[in-house]
Amino acid sequence: MKIKLNIWKQANAKAKGRFEKYELDGVDTEMSFLEMLDSLNEKLIKEGKEPVTFEHDCHEAICGCCSLYINGHPHGPGKETATCQVHMRSFKDGETITVEPWRAKGFPVMKDLMVDRNAFDKIMSAGGFVSIDAGQAPDANSILVGKIDADKAFDAAACIGCGACVAACKNSSAMLFVAAKVSQLALLPQGKVEAKRRALNMVAKMDELGFGSCTNTGACEVECPKGIGIDFIAKLNREYLSASFSEAE
Amino acid sequence: MTKFFTSSIGQKFFMSITGLFLMLFLIVHLTINSLLLFGDGTLFNQAANFMSSNPVMKVIEPILALGFILHIIYAAYITLKNMKARPKGYKITTKTKASWASKNMFVLGTLIFIFLVIHLANFFWKVKFGTVETVMVEGKELHDVYALVAGLFKGWWWYDVIYIVGVIFLFLHLTHGFWSAFQTIGWDNEKWMPRLKVIGYIYSIIICGGFAFIPLYFLIKYAV
Amino acid sequence: MNKLDAKIPEGPLAEKWSKYKATQKLVSPNNRKKLDIIVVGTGIAGAPAAASFAEMGYNVKVFCFQDSARRAHSVAAQGGINAARNNKNDGDSVYRLFYDTIKGGDYRAREANVYRLAEVSASVIDQLTAQGVPFAREYGGTLANRTFGGVQVSRTNYAQGQTGQQVLLGGYSALKRQVGTGKVKMFARQQMLDIVIIDGKARGIITRNLVTGEIERHAAHCVVLATGGYGTIYYLSTLAVQSNASAAMQAYRKGAFFGNPSFIQIHPTCIPLLNEYQSKLTLMSESLRNDGRIWVPKAEGDKRKPKDIPDEERDYFLECRYPAFGNLVPRDVASRAAKERCDNGFGVGKTGLAVYLDFRDAVAKQGKKVIKNKYGNLFTMYEKITGDSPYETPMMIYPAGHYTMGGLWVDYNLQTTIPGLFAIGEANFSEHGANRLGANSLLQGAADGYFVAPYTISNYLADEISTKVPSTDSPEFVEAEKEAKAILDKFLSINGTKTATSFHKRLGNIMWTHAGMQRNEEGLKKALVEIDELKKEFWSDLKIPGKMDEINQELEKASRVADFIDLAKLIVTDALNRKESCGGHYREESRTEGGEAMRIDEEYSYVAAWEYQGDDKEPTLHKEELKFENVEVKVRSYK
Repeated sequence: MKIKLNIWKQANAKAKGRFEKYELDGVDTEMSFLEMLDSLNEKLIKEGKEPVTFEHDCHEAICGCCSLYINGHPHGPGKETATCQVHMRSFKDGETITVEPWRAKGFPVMKDLMVDRNAFDKIMSAGGFVSIDAGQAPDANSILVGKIDADKAFDAAACIGCGACVAACKNSSAMLFVAAKVSQLALLPQGKVEAKRRALNMVAKMDELGFGSCTNTGACEVECPKGIGIDFIAKLNREYLSASFSEAE
Repeated sequence: MTKFFTSSIGQKFFMSITGLFLMLFLIVHLTINSLLLFGDGTLFNQAANFMSSNPVMKVIEPILALGFILHIIYAAYITLKNMKARPKGYKITTKTKASWASKNMFVLGTLIFIFLVIHLANFFWKVKFGTVETVMVEGKELHDVYALVAGLFKGWWWYDVIYIVGVIFLFLHLTHGFWSAFQTIGWDNEKWMPRLKVIGYIYSIIICGGFAFIPLYFLIKYAV
Repeated sequence: MNKLDAKIPEGPLAEKWSKYKATQKLVSPNNRKKLDIIVVGTGIAGAPAAASFAEMGYNVKVFCFQDSARRAHSVAAQGGINAARNNKNDGDSVYRLFYDTIKGGDYRAREANVYRLAEVSASVIDQLTAQGVPFAREYGGTLANRTFGGVQVSRTNYAQGQTGQQVLLGGYSALKRQVGTGKVKMFARQQMLDIVIIDGKARGIITRNLVTGEIERHAAHCVVLATGGYGTIYYLSTLAVQSNASAAMQAYRKGAFFGNPSFIQIHPTCIPLLNEYQSKLTLMSESLRNDGRIWVPKAEGDKRKPKDIPDEERDYFLECRYPAFGNLVPRDVASRAAKERCDNGFGVGKTGLAVYLDFRDAVAKQGKKVIKNKYGNLFTMYEKITGDSPYETPMMIYPAGHYTMGGLWVDYNLQTTIPGLFAIGEANFSEHGANRLGANSLLQGAADGYFVAPYTISNYLADEISTKVPSTDSPEFVEAEKEAKAILDKFLSINGTKTATSFHKRLGNIMWTHAGMQRNEEGLKKALVEIDELKKEFWSDLKIPGKMDEINQELEKASRVADFIDLAKLIVTDALNRKESCGGHYREESRTEGGEAMRIDEEYSYVAAWEYQGDDKEPTLHKEELKFENVEVKVRSYK
């Protein structure tokens, strides 16, 4: 099949970007979206043109590298799908596909479709952990975790840190990302000890880095490749409120 | 706690609390207004005058005003901040499934605010500072608010339209606002969220249906 | 003269590690803040190591080429992580895990290292749990376990099919905590270009900042490589597309010996190749073999739909050939059996290069809900890629390059032959012999990072407390930077016609054909010639667009491919040298009458450690003899 591409090109973080049009022929429906872009790049290089910079690595929807906003959806069409799982069979012959980078103040564009998601690392450093050094751990079976809590914690922990939630949210809010980590650790006895401190610090860092607030549109949960729900945001709200009202700062 | 007031969740918390408070007010408001539908207006006039002269209400009135003001100021502030969080938008605006109302709460809020100003000018202002006819009921001189309402809705049909449209905006605002308020204060229960959404719809239908019925009632009553 | 000293502590096997810890040199807490450590790689070995060093008080600089430490490819490990905890009361013990690992590795691993791995395994699970890793639990709240290939006990801890992600995020969170305290400095989006050696000791690295394109110099008291494996040598593999062998090759060129490079694990359960553009083969966890049954039709070229083939016309070849282990034979055995069936015309699917992995019986017996709970995300992943639902129709699977047992040769201290240069996790050669058991890779990485390297590195650094961090202006740094830059300039100046990826694909093809699941002398020799030709072409006809001082992904690829080409030659050289079949290394010349792999213990019971001699010279082979004092070396049988 033949497709038309409308791709955001931007030389570097400071440059002013623009959309560039490409046409690609002989696209196989079995190709993944990333492989289609690979073949576009191969073609561009051979023609002596500048290839499109985009990020991808594991191709198993787990590393969270890919960050393409395809036709109005973070990670493109499909439910609970990362970009690497999008296949060309989801598009029509002759279709124009618009590819943009994540747009958020917290995720500045570095080049073309590559954005800087270092902000997520900073939020994690602010509190996304249990303070325990190697060697201090008690026997794993001495911490009993009910199956239901363990499963729920896992659902939150499945976050791959791709930033689709921020990209989907009209406010560029990072609440789903923060909520997933705060909830995971607050659900487990190991994480409860410093749950309040964690919620306060992670939210403070999130605000500081220029992400918007949650207005409960639910766009994030629709686009999350791991299907993390906004009930975790409610949980974060509760954790944060109870921490704010009880923790002496 | 100081950080709380400036944090994103803290600000949302105030939106939620003031929103819930205003929703409570709407219940009271509709309850009293529903008296318009019974009898010749005496009942309504008694209730309306009770509400405006009761000493408890003297205290509640400024609180209610404060609720409105905080809700509006915080909304404007948060919206502005959220817009800054995305300095450059998408070419293809998000096609993500989310209710129109949830994405446009500020727009709806602004429209409701305009409606509110009209509404206050029509009634509150007139009762408070204007000249409203009085009637004698059981030996007391009362403002004839019933006549004011009836006069407005039967006299100028476009007011009926304005009120009904205003109520539709309110309905949309409430369908999202109701469950959203609970979400923001941390009602994190997978079972209860869908239930709250249903309750929110029922609440919005009753409140807005009730408010919309009143101008229609007068229009129909006096048209015939 | 044998240059190789594995420095294994004296004494009985079970006491070696405790004796080491009791007698090793230590660095006192107030001296630790004077010592700097560089860690390259942030996977399940690198992140915990860096965090642990920082927790002890060392200053740590951590490097990764991804945008975040959390993206390291350990994240994609699916099935689980082993621990000798005897949770199931089924006869597991430290010795049993040790024994299974040695046997699974086809008796080509070092006893002392493997025993240490088994010894610390329980602590690894404790540590990860304490960090908030949500391992699967029973209703009563205790750890749940599953079974993996090649063993007869249930000792694998898991978090659905995303164990690697959860375990990695545990290490990542510990690392982020230390970044927050300032003890760890994080350098993301940095590609390592070379190791700097001063007075015979590793003292720093040269990197390229992938954002600005600047070449940077970083100095420290020692360098730890946790850079993973090189399965992407086949181009198509289960690894992430950016996983590479460059750090290991830089170390090798600077004098670190490379151990058993030809030991590469081919994973039996991957989604087969679907089209020619494919850049990656997706792994389907080995844990699926707990409930899935592998079969092909009994009749050659049977094109009926799988559900139309009755049971008596199905060949459950693993269950028939290996009744004791059935579908849970080790990976090398399962892979070869599948390849044998396909080579003989019994393969299924469009290409005939696939076998079925069928869940019909498991779903009927346990119910869809239970199966979904165990493998839900894997089934979804499979369906997204192929469009078929494994609940309805069997999966189609085929082997693919996966894990590399080979790697930098290290002694008991995990130190390479360059003093001060350590290699941990998959980057080293040590624990898995010629074949790695399922759920042992996360274990080894985490064990090295949390509980081995922190001790052995202190033992090394104890002698360095009065040494100052060398200046990055020293001639060695200047020289290393100049050389690294010259190579990058060369890539940009060739201005030929072919892309780096096209060379990688061709290299992968050569390696899969001649040095993949089955190898023979003729093919390997042919591969040597083909690799040489490819190398010549690469250095004369490569095309890299763009410039040095900007984000340039093609330039990054080029240096990876250049290193892969050199490594390919080393792999083939090693495979030629080892004329026996063992584990993942299967030489057609060395097999039993039944076609099973045949070891030649009298000749090859050693680790082949290769020393670099120059670009166009043959590397020198050093042998580390393997002594087995605690297990009986037997023919590995899973029948």
